[in-house]
Amino acid sequence: MGISFTSINQTRLSTGEVYCETLCELAEENPRIVALTADLGKSSKIGDFMKRFPDRFYQFGIAEQNMYGAAAGMAKAGLIPFTSSFAIFTSCRALDQVHTDICYQKANVKMISSHAGTSFGQAGTTHHSTEDIAIMRSLANLVVIVPADGMETANVVRAAVGYEGPVYIRINRGFDQLVYKDLDYGYEIGKAVQLAEGTDVTIIACGSAVFQSIQAASELSADGISARVLDMHTIKPIDKEAILKACHDTRRIITVEDHTIIGGLGGAVAEVLAESGMSCAFRRLGLQDCFSPIGYHEDLMAIHGIDTNGIVKAVHDLLQLDFEDDDDWADEV
Amino acid sequence: MPLTREELLAIEAKAHEHRRTIIETTLCAGSGHLGGALSMIDVATLLYSRFMRIDPEKPDWEDRDRFIMSKGHAGIGFVAILADIGYIAKKDLEIFNLTGSKLGIHLDANKVPGVDASTGSLGHGLSIALGTALAAKQLGKSYRTFCLLGDGECQEGAVWEAAMAIGHFNPPRLVTLVDRNHAQIDGMTEDVMPIEPFEDKWRAFGFHAVTVDGHDFEAMSEAIEAALDRTDKPTCIILDTCKGKGVGFCAGDYHWHYGGITREMGDEALRDLDQYYESRVAAIERRGAE
Repeated sequence: MGISFTSINQTRLSTGEVYCETLCELAEENPRIVALTADLGKSSKIGDFMKRFPDRFYQFGIAEQNMYGAAAGMAKAGLIPFTSSFAIFTSCRALDQVHTDICYQKANVKMISSHAGTSFGQAGTTHHSTEDIAIMRSLANLVVIVPADGMETANVVRAAVGYEGPVYIRINRGFDQLVYKDLDYGYEIGKAVQLAEGTDVTIIACGSAVFQSIQAASELSADGISARVLDMHTIKPIDKEAILKACHDTRRIITVEDHTIIGGLGGAVAEVLAESGMSCAFRRLGLQDCFSPIGYHEDLMAIHGIDTNGIVKAVHDLLQLDFEDDDDWADEV
Repeated sequence: MPLTREELLAIEAKAHEHRRTIIETTLCAGSGHLGGALSMIDVATLLYSRFMRIDPEKPDWEDRDRFIMSKGHAGIGFVAILADIGYIAKKDLEIFNLTGSKLGIHLDANKVPGVDASTGSLGHGLSIALGTALAAKQLGKSYRTFCLLGDGECQEGAVWEAAMAIGHFNPPRLVTLVDRNHAQIDGMTEDVMPIEPFEDKWRAFGFHAVTVDGHDFEAMSEAIEAALDRTDKPTCIILDTCKGKGVGFCAGDYHWHYGGITREMGDEALRDLDQYYESRVAAIERRGAE
């Protein structure tokens, strides 16, 4: 495998560009890879693929339903289609095709869905994608991944080719803050990455919230609070073991996502906790059952309390609200 | 190649057998999509008798021709063909649409051998067929892709997204067929939401469009051969059909999009079908004598 990104690449290339470059390298070796877009080749940064593999690039125009249906047909015939569109269009506009043609049929389609969350905040709420994790997570047969940065996106794209079945990959518009310096941290679908060790609280985050969570953990550490940070890149299948370990070890969990608190990462973690028979102090950070106002991504993250300050405040609140005085887990159940 | 008299008689007999199977299966299931199954069974029989290059031993053969039945609700017609090929057991039809059966009303491609796409939500099949045909080109394969749509289905916007793209890409060996039986659940298409001028619509999207009698095997066969030979633009063959064809109480009546029948009604339907078949054979023989 010729891909050898480092943080230097990541500061030079936006997340979408990292995706494209990774896909191009994979396509050199695998002739079954094709790229599809619905008039978002430029926005999704897949243009370089078009230049390098013109006969493997399919432009569908502004017709997402047709693109996802055609992708299913291609996959069933043996190709590995990578679709590039905005997350809002994958999860809402073309949901029937994604549901029936791709997921129900277990079509080997990789759906790269960009401009997710509020990362295209200025475009207005019609272009925010703040329900897609919940929607996509409910679809059987589908793997749902939210990479934390460009480097992780490269790893996810690589892993997606090696996985037989439909995968939804949710990325942001533009550049993501650096979480990883290189590719070699042992990325695995369905396995959370622990980015900071902690004993007082665990912050479970995905996507752009991961960097904010690391920052928050660092600030909390200055206040004497030991926060564990988990990059829960795979929302489905979720890493139950990491969640339950966090519950056991830190007994306070906060989830953070650039997404509604209903049904997304927070919902997925809550389900694992509720069914485990264990309990812990728990908060979900994200959009509180609302549409987002319009603005810059970083401003919107602050408004929705999923930036560093919001996370730090939520941890302090949670520590205040903790449900018992002693730290003995054994007397709980 | 025109159909020989023997081929024509064989296809008539096969279609008759399938029509009877549709009624028998509906009796087992209690109800079914009789109307649309009886309107499409002739073209489906013709495709599988004369055109579809498949391997009865290997339903997943990667070079097989594909049949994307976009009007997925006609599954009760399609299973008659699948059972005839041997992809499913004839006995399976007795539990069609019942709990535990692998044969639901809308067939599941992952469960039923020989089904190339799971359809049912209308307006999907033509996009899947497009992707299938594009993949043939990409992978250097020579299989053909046949897509059968319903006419009411063409009220779905996604059909025209696919049509626009097919007009643009003109993928190889893709034949679009529409079962124009003029009826849908709530009424006749022209009353519910008119689709005429239908041929013109396909032409506007870059297709060569023709209308043929969807119960005339010779006309359909000729049109399909011409479509496969044609490379300058994609072809849409509009099959002028009758919903519920061959069964007196169903024929032409939109109420029989879906319905339940009693054993008495089933027997009546089977008598009608026998009579219908005899009249078809007699017409061929008369023609031969002339």
